[in-house]
Amino acid sequence: MKGFLKGVSLLALMLISCAFLLAGCGEDKANTIKIGFNLPLTGDIPEVGEGSKKAAQMYLKDINDAGGLEVGGQKYALEFIYMDNESKAESATNVALKLIDQENVIAIIGPNSSKQAVPAGGTCNDNRVPMISPWSTNPNTTLDRPWVFRAAFLDPFQGPVVADFAAKKFNAKTAGVLFDVSNDYSKGLAEIFKASWEAKGLGPVVAFESHGTKDQDFSAQLTTIIDANPDFIFVPDNYNQVALIVQQARDLGYKGPFMGSDAWGTPDLIKLCGEQCYGNFFSTHYAAAGATGATKVFIDRYEEAYGATPADYAALTWDSIGIMLEAIKNTGKVEADPVAMRKAVREGLAAIKSFDGITGSSKFDAQGDPIKCAVVVKISDKGEFVFEESVCP
Amino acid sequence: MDFIIQNILNALQWGSFYALIALGYTLVYGVLTLINFAHGDIFMVGAYIAFFVASWLLGPVIGLDPTWTFVLAIPITMFLTAGVGVTLERIAYRPLRRKGAHRLYVVITALMCGLILEYGNLACLGASRKKFPDLLEKVIWHFGDVAVTNLKVLVIFAAIAVFIFLNFIVTKTKIGMAMRGISYDKFAIPLMGIPIDAIIVFTFILGSSFAGLAGLLFAMSYPVLEPFMGALIGWKAFIAAVVGGIGDIRGAFYGGFLLGFIEVGVVSIFPSTYRDLFAFSILLIILWMKPTGLFGVAKNTKI
Repeated sequence: MKGFLKGVSLLALMLISCAFLLAGCGEDKANTIKIGFNLPLTGDIPEVGEGSKKAAQMYLKDINDAGGLEVGGQKYALEFIYMDNESKAESATNVALKLIDQENVIAIIGPNSSKQAVPAGGTCNDNRVPMISPWSTNPNTTLDRPWVFRAAFLDPFQGPVVADFAAKKFNAKTAGVLFDVSNDYSKGLAEIFKASWEAKGLGPVVAFESHGTKDQDFSAQLTTIIDANPDFIFVPDNYNQVALIVQQARDLGYKGPFMGSDAWGTPDLIKLCGEQCYGNFFSTHYAAAGATGATKVFIDRYEEAYGATPADYAALTWDSIGIMLEAIKNTGKVEADPVAMRKAVREGLAAIKSFDGITGSSKFDAQGDPIKCAVVVKISDKGEFVFEESVCP
Repeated sequence: MDFIIQNILNALQWGSFYALIALGYTLVYGVLTLINFAHGDIFMVGAYIAFFVASWLLGPVIGLDPTWTFVLAIPITMFLTAGVGVTLERIAYRPLRRKGAHRLYVVITALMCGLILEYGNLACLGASRKKFPDLLEKVIWHFGDVAVTNLKVLVIFAAIAVFIFLNFIVTKTKIGMAMRGISYDKFAIPLMGIPIDAIIVFTFILGSSFAGLAGLLFAMSYPVLEPFMGALIGWKAFIAAVVGGIGDIRGAFYGGFLLGFIEVGVVSIFPSTYRDLFAFSILLIILWMKPTGLFGVAKNTKI
């Protein structure tokens, strides 16, 4: 009897588990358009996922409150599905597959960081689903992938921007670099920076040191860098590591400036790094302080809704959604079959030649990459990101 | 020369944390022959407890100045973290021990407890990182090109002091004798009138409270807290304890510093990608030559 009860309860447990599996396969309503979001809501850069999601929710509310998106004279409600990729490369591909196979989305926005966007871009391209990465700057994300697009400028552009700015601002002759070797974004940008700095002929990159993603102690690398006595240190790292690196470098007696890249630009940088980071510079996609026009409207609304200034990835997610919706409108007709619809959306995306977004206007090249301006901001003594210079290609 | 001295100081600081955590592994193993895999996560919980205690003491309700906060945070953090360790022992390990479960099951339980602590923290506090407040007025001393902060010196001295204290307890006191006794024979010791459960609880109090101290000092040195901060450092400290000879206080201490020196030494010469490759190859060679670790004694049953 006891064995029988055990068997029955096990069977019941298995059935319940199966029910969860099947729950993902709900039927599609004909008059909704499903877009998936592949976001880092936990893991190394949770703030990035959170900011993107907030921007997306704001956009979604705007569209659906207005009755939906108008395509070919008919209005369709939008449905956004947010999934967490844990800031990991392998989870990002899993999330992409889940969104494609289980949720039957017609397009995907994200992942943000190149570390996840490069592998997830491959998955989307192989499965013929259009994808826009809002924040990824590594060239490999879209390279030879007709189904993958992006909203941010590329590292081959960002690297020289940083090098030019540092040469001019710090009057620097030599540079030191510390980067995350297991992050596609950080490694790629560090290498591009090194090449463009050495091409300037001012002086060498005297130290080129790496670390791992989970590292907390950088004192050995920083000792080597400081010993080489560079005029500034370039740190193309995520904000959580930047906070530790800057503090440890100061503890080791380094007094010179730091130069950062677009991964610095989160409110959490100031929360974690504090006064140590004040007075340093980094390149980014837009400057929130002193914005005008549509950008200001977006910033004000975001601040009102969430009580914080939107960072660049939130603004870029907003623009990515804008680009995606324009592509959907370009199709002229919503197909019930997701496969046919995905193809139509891809053609719609490829047809967009230029786009005026809140992070500036951009033109798209043959690779699906935008050509747009970069901004260098200074971290002020109040911890705000203040516009310093704009560099256009 | 300055370069080498600076890196020795870096290695001493980094090794101090390995040593402090490894001491907790080795204490519990020495008494129960149980590998307490949750120990790295108890260290993480210690850092979070330190964060909440420090924020509370600095906050508007109490409003202490940072120095006093630091002085008070040490005992409070150690006390509360010891509570976490004892709770784990009480609800997870003791019931299994009572039922006479094989050690393997207890080790798996420890692994699960570690994961529960990690994901419990992730669920309760969210994924965004916490910034540990500055407690000590930072002073940087310069000797030529060598720079040392007061915190670095404090961490190194704390590790040495904890080692001397624990070594004294285990080798010179009665309760230490009881701890060593249990590790020899779990069944004969109660017959001698020694309260075995009380000794085990005391062991967990010692190990966890110093994990709490390590958490506090770590949070002050690397002030960015996240739920998985204890996982990797915990694993590595465990390996350090094994190489030193798990079960021996000196082994954990020297093993921790050895690993710190190897890691910093490799990174200061080679690219960082070689760090773990070299570090663990060296440790493997040590174990290959001396399978019980530097200070270990051969026993016929080990997990």
